Amino acid sequence: MTTTHKVSIWRGGAEGDYAHYDVPARESQTVLDVVTYVQRHLDPTLTYRFACRVGMCGSCAMTVNGVPRWTCRTHVSKVTGGGELKIGPLANMPVIKDLACDMTEFFEKWQKAQSRFIPTKTRKNPMEPIKPDTPARVAANAGIECINCGVCYAACDTVRWNADYLGPAALNRAWTLANDERDGGWADRLKAVSDHGGCHSCRSHQSCEAHCPNQLNPAASIAGLKRLSTSAYLKGELK
Amino acid sequence: MRALRLYLVQRVTAAIMAPLVFLHLGLILYAVQGGLSAGEILSRTQGSFFWAFIYGLFVLCASFHVSIGLTNILQEWTSLKRIAAANIAHTFGMGVMILGFRAVYAVVF
Repeated sequence: MTTTHKVSIWRGGAEGDYAHYDVPARESQTVLDVVTYVQRHLDPTLTYRFACRVGMCGSCAMTVNGVPRWTCRTHVSKVTGGGELKIGPLANMPVIKDLACDMTEFFEKWQKAQSRFIPTKTRKNPMEPIKPDTPARVAANAGIECINCGVCYAACDTVRWNADYLGPAALNRAWTLANDERDGGWADRLKAVSDHGGCHSCRSHQSCEAHCPNQLNPAASIAGLKRLSTSAYLKGELK
Repeated sequence: MRALRLYLVQRVTAAIMAPLVFLHLGLILYAVQGGLSAGEILSRTQGSFFWAFIYGLFVLCASFHVSIGLTNILQEWTSLKRIAAANIAHTFGMGVMILGFRAVYAVVF
């Protein structure tokens, strides 16, 4: 006898409701498998995002039973406890339709934080050796595996409360660049992350760390930025 | 860098207030051992510039600290704009400062 999961999935945009589906249970079934089954067998109008299915692309994040998660690496058995499965779009972003939310602001804030690599060398320069064990490189390495999934942004109370807050992902990226000796964009980035909505807006609730699927700690990165920013200000480097 | 300056003022005032709180708690533990009366408190505080400085400093720090913190809370938890939130919070902070200094004045002079 085939057992089924009782599944509720958000349908609609900002206004909408949860629709209910019965999805056959499978071994090692992920939440993304469940959503895909619904679209392919029960309702082809269901909208959602995914790409790699192996936890690398950051496309498939959704709210699963109230918690933001990457759905391709989340097994149903681990989140339902035998009960129902409730799947919605990520919080803190406008819903486009069903499970797809608009990540424009998330990525615009990434740019606003100047969180892009500014090279200091050209291709004509010789390759610069980077020692892997310097404190700065170790700090950078601790934060570089971000896949831009938006889980931390959806989990963050400060993002929900403060529309100007740049968010954990953008600030985590700023921190990795601050510790990258090849980068030359620190002066502008320091201003961007120190201003209103920057690192000093973080309330250190650490939801980003609790929910990051890659076990990164953006809260620690933001704390690092606070120290750098404060130190720069006290030295007169930040007007 | 207004945001950074406000952040710094709030952290510095918190850092000043923390040891003052412990000093105050220590004083309470010391003072109540022989029973506590208004006369006993006033005999210690009246005319004492030390206690006027300690509690005056605390009032000053608390009023700045609460103004900044309350602005953030009002802005994040209500639909108030930053200016409106700041006006309410600063008014409250001024009230804390006035009442605080009045209390310090009352027990020292």
